[in-house]
Amino acid sequence: MTRQSTQSSPVLELRNVTKTYKVKQGLFGKARPLTAVNDVSLSLPRGEVLGLVGESGCGKSTLAKILLGLEAPTHGQVLVDGEEIGAQDRLSLARRIQPIFQDPYSSLNPRKSIFDIVSLPLRVHGVGGPQDWEKQVREILDIVGLPARVMNTYPSQMSGGQRQRVAIARALIMKPEIVICDEPTSALDVSVQSQILNLLGDLRREFGLTYLFISHDLAVVEHLATRVAVMYLGRIVEEADVAGLFDHARHPYTQALLKSVLTPEPGLGVPDTQLGMAYPNPIDPPSGCQFHPRCPLATAHCKAKAPRPVPTPQGLVECHLYDTESPMFDNKAA
Amino acid sequence: MAHIDNTDPLLQEITGPTPGQMLRKRVFGHQGLLIGAVVLIILLFIAIFAPLLAPHDPYAQSLMNRMEPPVFLGGTWEHPLGTDHLGRDYLSRLIYGARVSLLIGAVAALISGVIGTAMGVAAGYFGGRVDMVVTFLINVRLAMPVVLVALAVVAILGGSLQVVIVVLGLLLWDRFAVVMRASTLQVRGREYVAAARAIGASTPRVILSEIMPNIANNLIVVITLEMAHAILLEAALSFLGLGVQPPTPSWGLMVSEGKNMMLFEPWLVLIPGAVLFLLVLAINLMGDGLRDVTAPENRS
Ligand SMILES: Nc1ncnc2c1ncn2[C@@H]1O[C@H](COP(=O)(O)OP(=O)(O)O)[C@@H](O)[C@H]1O
Ligand SMILES: [Mg+2]
Repeated sequence: MTRQSTQSSPVLELRNVTKTYKVKQGLFGKARPLTAVNDVSLSLPRGEVLGLVGESGCGKSTLAKILLGLEAPTHGQVLVDGEEIGAQDRLSLARRIQPIFQDPYSSLNPRKSIFDIVSLPLRVHGVGGPQDWEKQVREILDIVGLPARVMNTYPSQMSGGQRQRVAIARALIMKPEIVICDEPTSALDVSVQSQILNLLGDLRREFGLTYLFISHDLAVVEHLATRVAVMYLGRIVEEADVAGLFDHARHPYTQALLKSVLTPEPGLGVPDTQLGMAYPNPIDPPSGCQFHPRCPLATAHCKAKAPRPVPTPQGLVECHLYDTESPMFDNKAA
Repeated sequence: MAHIDNTDPLLQEITGPTPGQMLRKRVFGHQGLLIGAVVLIILLFIAIFAPLLAPHDPYAQSLMNRMEPPVFLGGTWEHPLGTDHLGRDYLSRLIYGARVSLLIGAVAALISGVIGTAMGVAAGYFGGRVDMVVTFLINVRLAMPVVLVALAVVAILGGSLQVVIVVLGLLLWDRFAVVMRASTLQVRGREYVAAARAIGASTPRVILSEIMPNIANNLIVVITLEMAHAILLEAALSFLGLGVQPPTPSWGLMVSEGKNMMLFEPWLVLIPGAVLFLLVLAINLMGDGLRDVTAPENRS
């Protein structure tokens, strides 16, 4: 982490990022656009943890893939250290930004030993020789809390929590600046989740990492995040610092998510938002404010007109209730 | 690292068997696989050491000793399986015939395996246009009757061992392509592939080191099936006189040469027919067994 950059400039910045997939319905159906990520602008200062929250299918993983260079955005730009990722070569992007995926049963190649898995970045980037690899793998395994003897074992011999530690070791062995954690605990037993969250928190402090921490569960995000962005149908509907979001949730969707955190076993499955209606199909998004069919406060205006992003003391919100120029502006709420 | 609690239950001893140990255990617990493998290994051994094992020159004719019966039908130990219509030792021809069958099976399966795997993996991994082209080629190939096309090509080019191998190799790639395409599609979406790409691994590296090891089990099964397929097709072509040409000792040719005498000397047909059956059965037993023992491990 010797790359110099001023403290204020964001290490990761998204500008109006949109990703549209063409989805074919049926054998002879026409391909229709599905907007998985819709005009997302975010910026992530060095050392912060941005929590990205939203129900399953809202576009969180698609955004993660764009940041990792695995998918190209349809529109917009992603800048890492002020440089657009499309312009960087794959290897230099990989040195800066690494993923930890949701399912440690799927993220480790079952045919490879733990040593092969964790040393793959060293081999791909041609760092040192076999002796250095063994030493570095030993070190990073120790850092993530695994004994060196696991090097010769295979993923199928490990528990979910152990596997996730291996995935973390693989992500950190090249000392990246940014780690994209895509629901890193949601496939794990509840008893193991907090261990992994604590480990991620410790590692961030120790190595000065910047995290984008994705989850469908606000309770998990509260542990780690410094800022939170709430996503709905590919849009960021509210963004605030973590205290601001939990104390003054503005968007009705954020409020519903917060209520769902209070359900008996948070972290198990998709939170029950108690919004009555099901999550809309992203191929046929609702008109106006996309949240209006499920919003308890929606009016005809919400159905007709999409809200603009409105700055708040803690961040941003996309809701007519907080827009001074909207006929629905609600002084009390704001 | 002081902050890590080493009494953590996560760090308990890792005791489960490695995938290699598990595979070994399953292989030695699978009877069909073992029987098939043993028979195949014996036949392979016979093919390799044919010159040492054959009691006579398989080409040496002796018109004085034509169609002598095997020992169990009253013949002599001089020719344990008797002689054919030209007085050639039947056992020696059978032993050398194993070479032809196994060579054709192995090389044709290798050629078609390389073609079909390349096409199937490319289609599954890249999708889009590549997939469209490959799917089209597979459909074209499936619309062609193999035996008819092979017959026509061999009739035009003339039959020989090389021609039969190449023709079969160029015709039998369809199942490789179909199976490898489906397997690749399945594996491509796994997160370890995304992880390798996010690490910066190149496409050849991702395919060879992340995808191939996870679809190799299916590939092995198809190789065995197509080997048996090629061996049977060679026998059929040779039987029709369009395969390996006389005097090469081929089991299909032996059946063909014996068929005129079938009513009086049925063993001329039954013996090569039986070993052909045994070889194909052994290969299929092995293929089925391999499919059973390499089925992907369960998750927990
Ligand atoms: N490769 C793809 N092709 C078509 N649609 C996709 C693809 N990947 C994701 N989607 C769609 O995009 C939406 C967002 O998916 P995803 O980013 O995985 O959501 P999340 O991670 O929040 O659960 C979903 O509706 C999903 O069906
Ligand atoms: Mg996801």
